[in-house]
Amino acid sequence: MKLRMIRRDAASRMAMFGAPVLALLLTCLTSLILFAALGIPAGKALHALLLKPFLSWYSFAEILLKMAPLLLIAQGLAIGFRANVFNIGAEGQFIIGAICASAFPVYYPEGNFPAMLPAMILAGGLGGMAYASIAAGLRTRFGASEILVTLMLSLIAVQILNYLLLGPWKDPRGFNFPQSVRFPENAQLPLLFENVRPNVSLLFALIGSLFAYLMMERHFRGYQLRTAGLAPKAALYAGFSAPRMIWLSLALGGIAAGIAGASEVAGPLGQLQRSVSSGYGYAAIIVAYVGGLRPLGIIASSFLISVLYIGGDSATVSAGLPVAAVEVFQGMLLAFYLLTFTLIRFRLQIERGVPA
Amino acid sequence: MKKPALLTLSGVSKRYGKVQANNAIDLEVHSGSIHAVLGENGAGKSTLMKLIYGVERPDEGTIVWNGTPVSFNRPSDAQALGIGMVFQHFSLFETLNVVQNVSLMIPGRQQDLARKITDLGEKFGLTVDPHAMVHTLSVGERQRVEIIRCLLLDPKLLILDEPTSVLPPQSVQLLFETLRKLQAAGTAILFISHKLEEIRALCDEATVLRGGAVTGRVDPRAQDARALAQMMIGHEMPKVDAARAVTPGSVRLALKGLSHPRASRFGTTLTDINLDLRAGQIIGIAGISGNGQQELAALISGETRAQRKDMVQIMGQNAGLLDAQKRRQLGFSFVPEERLGRGAVPEMSLADNSLLTGHRQGMLKGGFIKRQVERDYTRRCIEDFDVRTPGPDAEAGAMSGGNLQKFILGREIMLNPDVMLVSQPTWGVDIGAATAIRRRLVEMRAQGAAILVISEELEELFEICDSLHVLHEGRLSKALSVADTSAEEVGAYMIGASE
Amino acid sequence: MSALEFLLAGTLAAALPLMLAALGEMVVEKTGLLNLGLEGMMAIGAAIAFICVYHSGSHSLGFLAAALVSTALALIFAFLVIVVQANQVAAGLAVGVLGLGLSALFGKTYESLTISGLQEIGFPALSQIPVIGPTVMTQDIVVWLTLIGTVALWYVLNKTKLGLIIAAVGENADAARAIGYPVGLIRTVAVAFGGAMCGLAGAYASTVYTPLWADGMIAGRGWIALALVVFGTWRTGRVVFGAMLFGVLSLGELTAQAVGVAIPSQVLASLPYVVTILMLVAISRHQRHVS
Repeated sequence: MKLRMIRRDAASRMAMFGAPVLALLLTCLTSLILFAALGIPAGKALHALLLKPFLSWYSFAEILLKMAPLLLIAQGLAIGFRANVFNIGAEGQFIIGAICASAFPVYYPEGNFPAMLPAMILAGGLGGMAYASIAAGLRTRFGASEILVTLMLSLIAVQILNYLLLGPWKDPRGFNFPQSVRFPENAQLPLLFENVRPNVSLLFALIGSLFAYLMMERHFRGYQLRTAGLAPKAALYAGFSAPRMIWLSLALGGIAAGIAGASEVAGPLGQLQRSVSSGYGYAAIIVAYVGGLRPLGIIASSFLISVLYIGGDSATVSAGLPVAAVEVFQGMLLAFYLLTFTLIRFRLQIERGVPA
Repeated sequence: MKKPALLTLSGVSKRYGKVQANNAIDLEVHSGSIHAVLGENGAGKSTLMKLIYGVERPDEGTIVWNGTPVSFNRPSDAQALGIGMVFQHFSLFETLNVVQNVSLMIPGRQQDLARKITDLGEKFGLTVDPHAMVHTLSVGERQRVEIIRCLLLDPKLLILDEPTSVLPPQSVQLLFETLRKLQAAGTAILFISHKLEEIRALCDEATVLRGGAVTGRVDPRAQDARALAQMMIGHEMPKVDAARAVTPGSVRLALKGLSHPRASRFGTTLTDINLDLRAGQIIGIAGISGNGQQELAALISGETRAQRKDMVQIMGQNAGLLDAQKRRQLGFSFVPEERLGRGAVPEMSLADNSLLTGHRQGMLKGGFIKRQVERDYTRRCIEDFDVRTPGPDAEAGAMSGGNLQKFILGREIMLNPDVMLVSQPTWGVDIGAATAIRRRLVEMRAQGAAILVISEELEELFEICDSLHVLHEGRLSKALSVADTSAEEVGAYMIGASE
Repeated sequence: MSALEFLLAGTLAAALPLMLAALGEMVVEKTGLLNLGLEGMMAIGAAIAFICVYHSGSHSLGFLAAALVSTALALIFAFLVIVVQANQVAAGLAVGVLGLGLSALFGKTYESLTISGLQEIGFPALSQIPVIGPTVMTQDIVVWLTLIGTVALWYVLNKTKLGLIIAAVGENADAARAIGYPVGLIRTVAVAFGGAMCGLAGAYASTVYTPLWADGMIAGRGWIALALVVFGTWRTGRVVFGAMLFGVLSLGELTAQAVGVAIPSQVLASLPYVVTILMLVAISRHQRHVS
């Protein structure tokens, strides 16, 4: 028996939209089975996961809030993935961005630093970029895999965070909890709407998406990155500098993650805590792939995965859904997406063997 | 007296998507016969061999072996019946030695196999060291390993796919002697080729393919080359009129003491290469594949940086350390031997592929891509160079090899280069397109361009070059004037006999 | 027990999860694939093994169950990459996230429970040797079995036809296909083997090395195992050596804390990751391209 994949004509458009939807369907189906096996009321859980978030303005706003960092980071990562530069350590860059931003309110707790907020965001972006650049340097200079280096750096970043929170940056009046002082008013991002939490970080994310779109689809730099990912020998033949592609890819991912990290501490958290490391950097990878690595698709997938997060939170209460289920959902979503994307673009032909 | 047919194909057809690769083919091979399958690139020879060897299954038609109809699901079915195949692109593993390679296909202990390899080698003139690592072997030796591997299965039919395309002239004779010995021992041989003189010298039967169908069944010894060519390409063999009356101008490309260590143990070290290419000249670099051609091309194109900037000089400037883009800015352009994946990006449209090297032809403004300029450029390329394709939006990966080559060549020529490097310009391209390409190169020379051609097809180099050098084990011979030299002399350089 | 004795006794055990996972991935990479989901496969192995041992009291059952479940996860990867031809990085990450999520899902209710570990076994003559006897030469049965298994693996990879086939597939899959080998099947079996090894690694971590389960207990060891394969340049002996090195390192961190060295614990905890980076840099010259 032989399997052959034959490309369907003109299926790319359909694949772009159809694949994620089909993947979501399959994920829901499989989750139903899984939940049933674990004794979790499946219908209630799915209702809480996918429908409830839309039922109140507050929870919808929470989706927008959650979406901002996922969207921003995923846009940065997708650029690199398309160039075959795999930044798996966005989580670490996020943390370092948060740390760099937090330095200002920690050392100026009264908030008397000129243009504190912009400085924090800038510091976050630069910090994330610098951290990612370590991997770029090691890859271009020594050929060390950026997959493993960024990962290791992520794990180190968590330790750095712990050290600061338990040591020099611990709030002296914080009852010995591992957290920094609460940030002053002017170290908090302005809100977008009244009484709900989304802030201007959503605008950062949308601007980032626009930037990603213009660069990848319209600009020569984006063309160079795409070529490097699709056909590295052609990129070399054309004279596109491979080191430059690597630096650019990792830098963009790092800036995005860093700004997202800064926005997190200048936003909903309002201080530097351990929960800064909440897995956004890893979730963004899934967002990027399920979005087809395209700026537009990523907007949709970041929305979808935010829905899952918010829904997951409420499902823990209403349906007893364990927190880990959201992670399982994400993994399934990516796996099914990879399947549906290929199935839509290619026809599977099974050639049966004829008995000799 | 008619010998019984060993293998008979009747009405065999195979289609890949829209392309009818084989169309109702009838073929008869007899024991003890060397049967040629003659046709130019794209005629369907490879597909036919895949059907006979069991790599693919026919859509229609029957295959009869020794009087019994058969159907193959995989190569081992064909092997079990006694069919062996030596591939054009060898399926050997470089990190293993000869015995290990053989043992992957032939059962038995390695010591026994080593002995059998040596015995067979002596019997048929295929000497090779069983314990040598494959990556140290020359192309001719690797072919011997492939043949021995087949012979160890005691085949009744041996298929050879374009076996001489990788051999120097002297080795071709050795191969023919081996094949004749096999023939005398009763083995039938299916010899696939597009080289008319060889087929006339070796084969007693020939089936001619054109466009997927059989256009002739003859005894090649009784036909002259022109008649065979007619059957093969359907019309008179076109000739390139290479008028050589141009006086060479200034030096446009100079290689001075170019040396470069090999990148891996499978590569070739280049040593002290010197070459001057002038305006109005076409210089050829001949040689068997694997003697440094790829490394040399990459050093000239800028894909590999040389060790010193003066080792490669383009238009009088030291270019050894410049990347490919900067070399193009000096007036250089390059048509690589690999089309998909290097000369063009398969997943991108032709229009986007124009951008690859043509982006400085007005396609960018402030770094943003001007789609209209891109498409106009591509359309002009398609028209001027007769690229058969629906349009600029066609995916490069969906095009035939010949058409893609025409596009790439066209794109590079449209850069108006002062000096151009072309690597294997007509490999895998049909006769019509190949002639058109060679004509273009000659035209460019008439207009004063300097062209360097790296090619394994000696006839091609003789047709269009003014002089040629031979690359052997990373060293370049002196210049040989095409008018004064011969294939035998060049062949001697190719195997290092005249160092 | 002195620091040295502590290190001698514990290195093999500390190295074992790394060794198992890395050797499994080494076989996968030898056939030309790259599975990034080690962390998740080890995690699910750890959870399943703990649950099994808790309910049945049988370590053998726990190890078997862990291996089976991790293999199932690995087969998802194989399916995505070999049949669906999806991007390997994405597929590996998907499986990894799945494994991590499922392990947390299943293991949550077992978080503060305890099970018994495994006894250590010594050999009469060997355990009498001073210093080394009661430490290095006294290990639990899994360690002994692994060491024997490692030798067997080395033999298969280097001295048998199967090893030859694996090398051929890894070097040139097209050529292997051309001479009739079922490349997809061979790769699938290799991936399954890698998955099983990860399952065993996780099982050891949660039921023998530290008989407890906690969310995130694998703590990056799956990623370190990936790095070890590169460090060992895809050779069995070197991968084992690398694992031992990391075993010492992770124990060193504990030792330093016990002895009261005045280094912040976070620095010590970062040590394996820093050393991994340095290692990757150091072997760059010998790096083989894994396509």
